[in-house]
Amino acid sequence: MSRKSRISWLLVAPLLALVLIGFILPIGYTLFKSVKNPEVTAALPRTAAALEVWDGIDLPPEAVFQAFVQDLTEAEDRKAFGAMTRRLNFEQSGARSTLMSANRNAQNLSEPFTTSLPEAVSEFGEPEIWQLIKQHSNPYTAQYLLRAMDLKQDHQGNVSRVQEDQAIFVELFWRTFEISIFVTLLCIFLGYPTAYYISTLSDRGASYAMLFVLIPFWTSILVRTTAWFILLQREGPINAALMGAGLIDEPMTMIFTRFAVYIAMVHVLLPFFVLPVHSVMKRQGMEYVKAAASLGAPPWKQFLTVYLPLTMPGVAAGAVIVFMLSVGFYVTPALVGGLQDQMVSYYIAFFANQTINLGMASSLAVLLLIFTAVIIVITKILLPNTGRGIRA
Amino acid sequence: MMRFAVPAFAILVLVFMISPIFVIFPLSFSSGSVLTLPVPGYSLQWYEDFFFSERWLSATKNSFIVGFATMFLAGILGTMAAFGINYSDFRGKKLILAALSLPMIVPLIVTATSMFLAFSIVGIANSLSGLVIAHTIIAAPYVVITVLASLQTFDMNLLRAALSLGAHPITAFREVVMPMIMPGVIAGAIFAFATSFDELVIAIFITGPGQFTLPRQMFAGLREFLSPTISAAAVIMVLLSFVLLFFTELVRQRGERLKASSNE
Repeated sequence: MSRKSRISWLLVAPLLALVLIGFILPIGYTLFKSVKNPEVTAALPRTAAALEVWDGIDLPPEAVFQAFVQDLTEAEDRKAFGAMTRRLNFEQSGARSTLMSANRNAQNLSEPFTTSLPEAVSEFGEPEIWQLIKQHSNPYTAQYLLRAMDLKQDHQGNVSRVQEDQAIFVELFWRTFEISIFVTLLCIFLGYPTAYYISTLSDRGASYAMLFVLIPFWTSILVRTTAWFILLQREGPINAALMGAGLIDEPMTMIFTRFAVYIAMVHVLLPFFVLPVHSVMKRQGMEYVKAAASLGAPPWKQFLTVYLPLTMPGVAAGAVIVFMLSVGFYVTPALVGGLQDQMVSYYIAFFANQTINLGMASSLAVLLLIFTAVIIVITKILLPNTGRGIRA
Repeated sequence: MMRFAVPAFAILVLVFMISPIFVIFPLSFSSGSVLTLPVPGYSLQWYEDFFFSERWLSATKNSFIVGFATMFLAGILGTMAAFGINYSDFRGKKLILAALSLPMIVPLIVTATSMFLAFSIVGIANSLSGLVIAHTIIAAPYVVITVLASLQTFDMNLLRAALSLGAHPITAFREVVMPMIMPGVIAGAIFAFATSFDELVIAIFITGPGQFTLPRQMFAGLREFLSPTISAAAVIMVLLSFVLLFFTELVRQRGERLKASSNE
């Protein structure tokens, strides 16, 4: 390595190390976490080992029952037991109470356990609960990722769709996509003429007009969402003004609706669209449009065949930024939207911070990451020159 | 007709963009306790509430601590990295640039979840230092970008000249390079501060009640009970954004003058 490259590497190394250890490694850990399944082997090590030789069809042999009772009576780590019951209950509701009552009765059981355990807790006389334990004795599982796509795998490895009332995630991803597309289209519709208007102003006028874009851009997303949160309340300023003007008789419900999500998200993201479009328009100038006009093209044709294609790179860059930011939005929908307006991010936060189901949180995060990567690849193919310098 | 339609439409959009931010100003000075317009009268009670509340003050303090720490860390590491990237055409340069810009592309919620999971293992979740590390990682790419942009107009021969005249490399860097790239460094550092000061998603994941930052405290307040104190906090944050925007514009204009004079 030359002396110059060595200096380059030395200067880059500290930040690179920080990003590798503090960012890339954690993302890798999240990928790993989405398939990790340690709970059953941690709480029921002997049972898991004994179940390995079981065919999984009829009731398991006495050795498995014995190992299970021993695991319950000699358990030292109560936390591991709790984690295991929660884990299995997530896969099959009711499993938790079955395991809890087995645990309560374990001390008083006598051999042979193949008869005494089912007498105490009837579920253990059926193969289902054993199949569930065996299935999750594997330290890795695809179950979380499958669940994030509304799929599940049974103990024989067949993948099927989950029951209708549990199927929420495919719809959730669609909704995320739908809201993001709609917000992007609204930003194009509102932002393009605005950017154009600013580019037609004198330098002085344009710098004043840009303040209307830059002030929101520099104001935090939370503050702007807070403003909408206040504005859209039932007793808020908008309802008060509309009622004062006699336009409505009673306050409209605006907060916690899809309408609130759209208006607040468009407001938050519009500067991210206007800024790149404006910079392209400013560079482009009007010379070609004037040329087209002097050659006799009508205004609509000047716009469609000359100005629009010339400013398209800015539109594409702005639209990609807005769409990418929308897909990962959390704060704005969480504050001004109802439960029916939440996007993938909301459920990631919900699983990570509220139900503490880290497997589901990381699975949804992994899918969102893949979703984002797919969008980037598609835009790179369709628009090879955009997507540089996305600011978030 | 288009002659008037486009400007009228654009002006409406511009008003739409700015007005929600200014609506919260009168609300925060309201003497009533319901956030509505017109306000019944003016008072400073909600600012009093803010400045005498232990929770809001500690949140403000935490935000400044994390913001300044992020600004220095991201500013120094980002400037070094940008200089290294610009200094020579070494192998793996493209890959490094891609790795350093990943935190800008990955959705913040994914970053937050990952850092929460990983930082919990090493015990720096629920700490301000964990938040500083997280914010430095997401803010540093902006510093790299702005400094790289200002380095592009820097003539490396000036540095070579200083070195050939016997200047110590560090002296040469301080006396020759720094003044020229300073606008980029400052702009990047201010943006890093703003990124940290406004950041909420990571703060939700990796701060406990004692380490709430200003946005985190506002978010908690909005979810519990909509007190007008929140509008006072929002106004304070808006004013700070004005200050940051003002400094950035100042630095940008200075930078443009510097560029113009060095090209003469």
